[in-house]
Amino acid sequence: MIDPAILVLGIGNLVMTDDGVGVRVILSLQDRYRFPGGVTVMDGGTLGLDLLHYLDGVQRLLVVDAVETGGVAGTLVRLAGEELNIAFRTKLSPHQMGLQDLLLVAELQGFAPPEMVLLGVQPGEIEMGIELTPAVADQVESLVQGVLVELARWGVIPTAPDTPPGREESPPVHRRLW
Amino acid sequence: MAKIVIDPITRIEGHLRIQAEVNDGRVTEAWSSSTMFRGIEKILQGRDPRDAWYFTQRFCGVCTTVHSIASVRAVENALNITVPYNAEMIRNIIIGIQLVQDHVIHFYHLHALDWVDITSALKADPAGTAALAASLSPWPLNSATYFKGVQEKLTAFVAKGRLGPFANAYWGHPAYKLPPEANLMATAHYLEALDWQREVIKIHAILGSKNPHPQTFVVGGMAIPIDLNSQNGLNADKLAEIGGLLKKAKSFVEQVYIPDLLAVASYYKEWAGIGGGIGNYMTYGEYPQAAGGKKLWFPSGIILNRDLSRVHPVDHRKVAEYVDHSWYEGDGQPHHPWDGSTEAHYTGPTPPYAMLDTNQKYSWVKAPRYGGQAMEVGPLAKILVAYASGHVPTKGAVDMVLNKLGVGPEALFSTLGRTAARGIETLLVAQELPLWLGKLIANIKGGDLTIHNNEKWDPESWPREAAGYGFHDAPRGALGHWIRIKDGQILNYQAVVPSTWNASPRDARGQTGAYEAALVGTPLHDPAKPLEILRTIHSFDPCLACAVHLVDPGGNELIKVQVS
Repeated sequence: MIDPAILVLGIGNLVMTDDGVGVRVILSLQDRYRFPGGVTVMDGGTLGLDLLHYLDGVQRLLVVDAVETGGVAGTLVRLAGEELNIAFRTKLSPHQMGLQDLLLVAELQGFAPPEMVLLGVQPGEIEMGIELTPAVADQVESLVQGVLVELARWGVIPTAPDTPPGREESPPVHRRLW
Repeated sequence: MAKIVIDPITRIEGHLRIQAEVNDGRVTEAWSSSTMFRGIEKILQGRDPRDAWYFTQRFCGVCTTVHSIASVRAVENALNITVPYNAEMIRNIIIGIQLVQDHVIHFYHLHALDWVDITSALKADPAGTAALAASLSPWPLNSATYFKGVQEKLTAFVAKGRLGPFANAYWGHPAYKLPPEANLMATAHYLEALDWQREVIKIHAILGSKNPHPQTFVVGGMAIPIDLNSQNGLNADKLAEIGGLLKKAKSFVEQVYIPDLLAVASYYKEWAGIGGGIGNYMTYGEYPQAAGGKKLWFPSGIILNRDLSRVHPVDHRKVAEYVDHSWYEGDGQPHHPWDGSTEAHYTGPTPPYAMLDTNQKYSWVKAPRYGGQAMEVGPLAKILVAYASGHVPTKGAVDMVLNKLGVGPEALFSTLGRTAARGIETLLVAQELPLWLGKLIANIKGGDLTIHNNEKWDPESWPREAAGYGFHDAPRGALGHWIRIKDGQILNYQAVVPSTWNASPRDARGQTGAYEAALVGTPLHDPAKPLEILRTIHSFDPCLACAVHLVDPGGNELIKVQVS
């Protein structure tokens, strides 16, 4: 059991091309690794305040999202601590309002995660569609590795899955669709 | 005459712009426009109909379950599949608790700030708040010490200058009428509602398996094995846990939400005469009480011209969408969703722009009509149809609310009526949910463990061509998915969502949509601070996140109110 508790949260909309990159990184992590207790790796979609109860008790939050960096498509960015507060005051992520409100409400409720890191990538396009653009698709693996680096820094080394993915309780998980 | 533009409307999901004309302090004409594009249906064409719900649940980040349920129902209707009783009850519990949570969140987090001045709460006497709260409800958290604690927490938060969810409001506006003590009570309950909602929605984690996106929907039933003695399936422990959470949901609604709603409403009774709108109401009905989607607990129906003496039946073939004022390709004819298309054709000005020419196309929202008439959908439509149909629990709850406020049924046709109807619906569903759980448990104990009908799972058993529709009366109202299947694949798929009905622009005949009609006559104290417009728009609980999509290329970061 890892203590303090960690939440790795991918945010975005899977049916809006590059917007969904954060969720794709999460799906890839869930398929390829098993994480020790105390580490939650979650597809947060675009749920905003509905994610509030998952933050309760989390000490370290790692967010993966599409981020407006001002650079070319595929540009990676890592933000932590005060950089995040500054970034939130300017236009940053398509989900900024949801994420920012979520964190402020968590703070008001007295359980904002003390430590927070955001790994992001500059989207190429955001419109209806289920494929990532090539520049962003090429960075999914870098983001997966980036998450593993952050987790290692927090003392977490995941293992390879011992059962094939998709054999849990819920049969019709249509992973192949994505 | 002044022309005002509010873009975007805040505290809603998605993007909405309102243009209005104001004469002598009242709105005389209004236009509702969404400036984001939709078109998700296109990515469904050519896919396996059994997979459709998995995509549609991502239509909108906010209402994942509603688009799942409408989608599986559409496919079940097309293929004539009868869903077993247990699955219907589990679906009722999932969609019912979703509705209760959604409405409470809307009231406290999106709508209350139109009536409750948070900054005034800082000036309240906590002892006065405690006395007020005790006069309304036996809720245990009603002490002066408790309210003082909330006030201190709020003061510290505001002092940091990070208002977050409280930003972008018209604090101090003279249209706020509540005394500071009532403002503090409502603010305390705003915070309690946050804690409460994250508890009760755990039901989705239990019944949906993978949360926050439920994974247990499946065409033909549910994919959650029932076994009272197994660790993995839906067992006795899990059913007991759901029962505990439903009880928690019910007591909060009875002892906090409804008393707060009545207390706030009693200060704003003039809003029972404002915001009525088109006066046509439609609901698809909800909560099957028998296998195969039969015997709906809330009746379906239509009320025309506010005539409560007659409820008309709903026939899905009479639904058609117009695009005369919407940025889509069209042939000048309305189309039933089976024959509908979603081909974008933007002809508006290049952003940023000051005014949209409302004589031309002016929105990404289509204009759905029923038999050629505009309809309002949502809690008010559900409650009016149930009331006019003689639905006993609804009649009791409506009469209780009308009596406490000292108004007659005509008060329901208003902004206040819409907000009250949402509370009434929440109360009715919260009270009924434990009974549905009881029926599920009784049926399981009686030996029926069936959860899925797989007779038509194999596409070989399907006809070469099929068409169907799936209705779900979601928190925001009548949601319909229409599907056509050919050779085992989706040929066409269209969703007509509640906010499309309500946010609709004008149609070919110039008939206004529900928001547009409801805003006419709204008094405005100060056109530069149009709080009163927000009250009426928020009373519909707009969710444009699925009615339309895409981040606005203009990147409107701040709300702009233009007065010219």
